[in-house]
Amino acid sequence: MSSVTIDKAAPTRTVKYGSMSRDRKWALRWSYFFLTLFAVFSLLPPIYMLITSLKSSAEISAATNPWWVFQPTLENYVGLLTSNQFLRFFWNSALVSIFVVTITMLISVPAAFALARMRFWGSATLATGVFLTYLIPDSLLFIPLFKVFALFGDWTGIQLINRWYVLLFIYPTLTVPFCTWIMIGYFASIPKELDEAAIIDGASWFQTLTRIFIPVALPGLIAATIFAFTVSWAQFLYPLVFTTSTDQLVLPVGIITTLIKGDVFNWGQIMTGALLGAAPPLIIYAFLMDYYIAGLTAGATKG
Amino acid sequence: MADVALQPDRVGAAQPARKRSSLQKALKRKSTAAFLMTLPLIILITVLVLYPAFYSLHLATLNKSMQRFIGLGNFEFLFKRDTFWLVVKQSCIFAITAVLFKALIGFIVAHFVHNIPAKGQRKWRGMLLVPWVTPPAMSTLAWLWLFDPSYSAFNYTLSFFGIGPIPWTGDAAWARFSVILVNVWYGAPFFMIMYLASLKSVPDQLYEAAAIDGANWWQRIWYVTLPMMRNIIAITTLFSLIVTFANFDIVRILTAGGPLDHTHIFATWAFRIGIEGSDIPLGASVSLFMVPILAIAAIFILRDVNKRGNEA
Repeated sequence: MSSVTIDKAAPTRTVKYGSMSRDRKWALRWSYFFLTLFAVFSLLPPIYMLITSLKSSAEISAATNPWWVFQPTLENYVGLLTSNQFLRFFWNSALVSIFVVTITMLISVPAAFALARMRFWGSATLATGVFLTYLIPDSLLFIPLFKVFALFGDWTGIQLINRWYVLLFIYPTLTVPFCTWIMIGYFASIPKELDEAAIIDGASWFQTLTRIFIPVALPGLIAATIFAFTVSWAQFLYPLVFTTSTDQLVLPVGIITTLIKGDVFNWGQIMTGALLGAAPPLIIYAFLMDYYIAGLTAGATKG
Repeated sequence: MADVALQPDRVGAAQPARKRSSLQKALKRKSTAAFLMTLPLIILITVLVLYPAFYSLHLATLNKSMQRFIGLGNFEFLFKRDTFWLVVKQSCIFAITAVLFKALIGFIVAHFVHNIPAKGQRKWRGMLLVPWVTPPAMSTLAWLWLFDPSYSAFNYTLSFFGIGPIPWTGDAAWARFSVILVNVWYGAPFFMIMYLASLKSVPDQLYEAAAIDGANWWQRIWYVTLPMMRNIIAITTLFSLIVTFANFDIVRILTAGGPLDHTHIFATWAFRIGIEGSDIPLGASVSLFMVPILAIAAIFILRDVNKRGNEA
């Protein structure tokens, strides 16, 4: 619209006005057209999961149109939701994610506060170090970590490998650096006057954090929480390496190792499992999309 | 005084009554409080990231049973194997192609979203971000099913256009294509959302000024948008390069490296050798090859991040 108002002032108003607005209209149409294409591309796998999950195995292997459900059935859902194994995976995933989110917040919020506000010896280096840690991928660390945990078991007699709680030690290496990093950004954007006033009034550093910083930076905190949850819910490599017995598996690994038997793919159940496994992050995202996006872009676009 | 603050143990040597008050004082001191607050973070990074990272250097110099030091033997062995060079080539093809397409699609889609009226944008953004939110292991399963050789929904659809069944994950070239396609599907929304955020931060006056000067659509992108977005484009691309290069789940679930190792990348091959083949040292050596590329990308990103820090 702004381009239209500008052109009104331009010397060749009448001619240009018409062409600009027609251009604009076409630009809009093209935008919607391509956005629709991209949206179809984006939603294709989730929708196909849903379609397949509603089919019976007979219909899946029939040569009918795969994009349509002719005889919708809930048998896959019933089958999975009544199987102890699947519920066990779901429960393990939920347990791991909730603990990891809590641990992550307990570690990263105070650390981010200290790094953002309390300049101390080495704080700048540490902040950079946190960011660098965030760039170290899981696929670089899984082998040494596996060996480290195996050695730990040999030395102390405490077996951590193949217990679901081993993941509580490992996942924070993925979530803490990122959450600390975005919380530093959020804390840094809080005006200095606020905490200076609190300190003058006699608040301790800890009180300043809990009474002022956490409430004010709540959107950032929510974003960080969503991230920690999404990362720990979706993690695949670490549970694949560190857990093997069926009762210790989390959802992604559980679905892949138990529902695929040899070369036999029970696609109806696999897709139902995948959909149920994808549901928690998607539901959270549906309600808290703005926080999610704010968190995603926080690190990069601030400043 | 600073010594006392950093070493609470020494305070413990004092008399009980005094100890308490001086401990309290020490806790109130800024540096002590800050140190304590960051301590869990420091321990976590040191014990579970830095130590394993260096430990993997040590592991890479051991023989298969991990009892003998063999120096660079593992690397020598890798260099002599064709599969290794195949993996190097594939990792590079995979990462570079995927990142290029993600960046391109992200840029285009961000423009389209930015183009439409503000009140409809939320809905589109929401739909377009779904791939990024879905756990990759779950969505890759859906792709695997879409690509299925005999009941594939894609091949069924293509058969209407007279295009014969495509061996999506069975043929080397198609398998590479499929893996990249899924990665682009998964990662493009990230670029889209980053670019959209930075598009919104470009002041409208710049476009108005450009329009008055008679700049056309292409010139506006080239002379206004791109320079303004340069930093974000650089950071996002480098960041995505790291993540894509180190990708594991998509390749593992879709092809597991096959057919005949033609889609293995560093992460999946390291898993195959190190965990499945229980040759931990060799697996560690394979994954170490990711380090130089990660380091280069990290240095560039860090330069940008620090620049930004100085400007703020």
